[in-house]
Amino acid sequence: MKLQGRAHLFGDDISTDHIAPGRYYHLRSNLPEFAKHVLEDADPAFPSRVRPGDFVVAGSNFGLGSSREHAPTIMKMAGVSAVLAKSFARIFFRNAINIGMPAVVCDTEGISAGDQLELDLAAGRVRNLTQGTELDVVPLPAVMLRLLEDGGLVEHVKKHGRLAVGGEASD
Amino acid sequence: MGQTLAEKIFSSHAGKRVRAGEIVVAEVDIALIQDGTGPLAVRQMTAMGFSKPRRPESTLIFLDHALPSPRRELATDHVFLREFARSSGAVIREHGYGICHQVVAEDWAEPGQIVVGADSHTCMAGALGAFGTGMGSTDVAVAMALGNNWFRVPETFRVIVRGRFQRAVGPKDLMLHVIGQLGADGATYKALEFGGEGLRDMPMPGRLTLANMAVESGAKAGLFPSDEVTREFMERHGRGGAWRPLAPDPDATYARTMTIELGELEPTIACPHRVDNAAVIGKVKGTAVQQVFVGSCTNGRLEDLAEVLAILEGRQLNPKTRLFVQPASRRVWLEADSLGYLARFVRAGAVVLPPGCGPCAGIHLGILGDGEVCVSTTNRNFEGRMGNPQSKVYLASPAVAAATAVAGVIADPREVDQ
Repeated sequence: MKLQGRAHLFGDDISTDHIAPGRYYHLRSNLPEFAKHVLEDADPAFPSRVRPGDFVVAGSNFGLGSSREHAPTIMKMAGVSAVLAKSFARIFFRNAINIGMPAVVCDTEGISAGDQLELDLAAGRVRNLTQGTELDVVPLPAVMLRLLEDGGLVEHVKKHGRLAVGGEASD
Repeated sequence: MGQTLAEKIFSSHAGKRVRAGEIVVAEVDIALIQDGTGPLAVRQMTAMGFSKPRRPESTLIFLDHALPSPRRELATDHVFLREFARSSGAVIREHGYGICHQVVAEDWAEPGQIVVGADSHTCMAGALGAFGTGMGSTDVAVAMALGNNWFRVPETFRVIVRGRFQRAVGPKDLMLHVIGQLGADGATYKALEFGGEGLRDMPMPGRLTLANMAVESGAKAGLFPSDEVTREFMERHGRGGAWRPLAPDPDATYARTMTIELGELEPTIACPHRVDNAAVIGKVKGTAVQQVFVGSCTNGRLEDLAEVLAILEGRQLNPKTRLFVQPASRRVWLEADSLGYLARFVRAGAVVLPPGCGPCAGIHLGILGDGEVCVSTTNRNFEGRMGNPQSKVYLASPAVAAATAVAGVIADPREVDQ
């Protein structure tokens, strides 16, 4: 799977309160409307600037805080195709994979706003087409690759009727 | 080789002896959802092709985040969850019953269980020796539908506590200190396991506060051994028969060990806008505060309310500061009422709110104004957390909250005569 998109930059410790603010709690069953406010507490212009296929590029501990799966879900609905960060908070990371939005750990330091990026998950590589550089990504655990390949957790369970994972070493 | 608490609990649920780092499919004892994450979990379970949970009797639905409903959309989410409970046989806890994690501690969690919840503070069940962990709606939907889920058995950081707290310093100060030391991602993917002789004198309410905030260091769980304190708590809640002892093996392997002398701790605050932005009170004393909030799953228990009243008694609220008090459950409310606490709060000028999550999660009942500052006994102070990105939240203990409500500025409870 290869994905291409423009980079939108964010800093460290972007919480799920930044991504999906609690004041829009009433929109949790109206996700298209909620998606119009995605990440606005980290960058008020982001909802109007994001285009289908774009990448969110961040520092460390992206997605900390609440377990709200609405956070990765409205990012995906707003058009974000993948998130690259130096590290992720645990629940967000798992949620993103579960809904089929790749969350990829790599050194995001050299990426500039607007850079055109290409993510090749199978090869474990990000190409920065604007700068002509390449970045290695930390490989996803086998269990998560399997979920992504099946199209997310719901599709995985539909396909197998159970969790067809387990027994793998984690690294 | 010995096992940590996490390894013991996963071994008993995976049907084989497992070690940190392994991926296992484990049976789940309790799955919980709430009114914010529940509708999505139910829809995802339906999308997987399941109309009913595998074990409805231990599938818990809490209407605790938005009550009484401030919006028609949220009231309609409640209608949806009630209908699901009716058609599936899942257990529903209505408005006013209490915050999910508090009710799970009072009525449900048992030592050695695995509890998953579509709420990040599900780790609070760790205070009773249960592996409680927060997950997203789809993961909890899997646990509801199949009765299990996959987990990576976490490595464990051991936190050893020794000695006794000084006056007006307690578990909240300890946890804000620990998170400050670890950092907001210092324990990501790990379990925290508390131990040491300092635990013997630490009653269950304090343990619940510590386990609750484990996730604020990135941890997957915050675990305690099950001991006499656990037994006493479960007996008091009519569940003594479900108690059993649980302890890590003496030769268990830990990824990291930190030791804390309780007597050296000072009142500790988490400054805006990060939970790991810890400061001892001397650094922030004197900051003007417009709102003080005492409540939440972190610090909304009877003992927390008593600690606030001990400082408030015979004093007035500062006229520039308002105080909101929210008992964490109906049980806490009734106990506080029978002891006369609620009337004392009201007479002191405080507003008592119904048990729930509204103020802490920025949904309703206490949204801050632009430029306002709140001292809160809750667990998060991210930008906008309490409903307004133009406000600031300082996290603190009930004692600091009380001293602040009287002074109108962040105040040191050790300087208040009791």
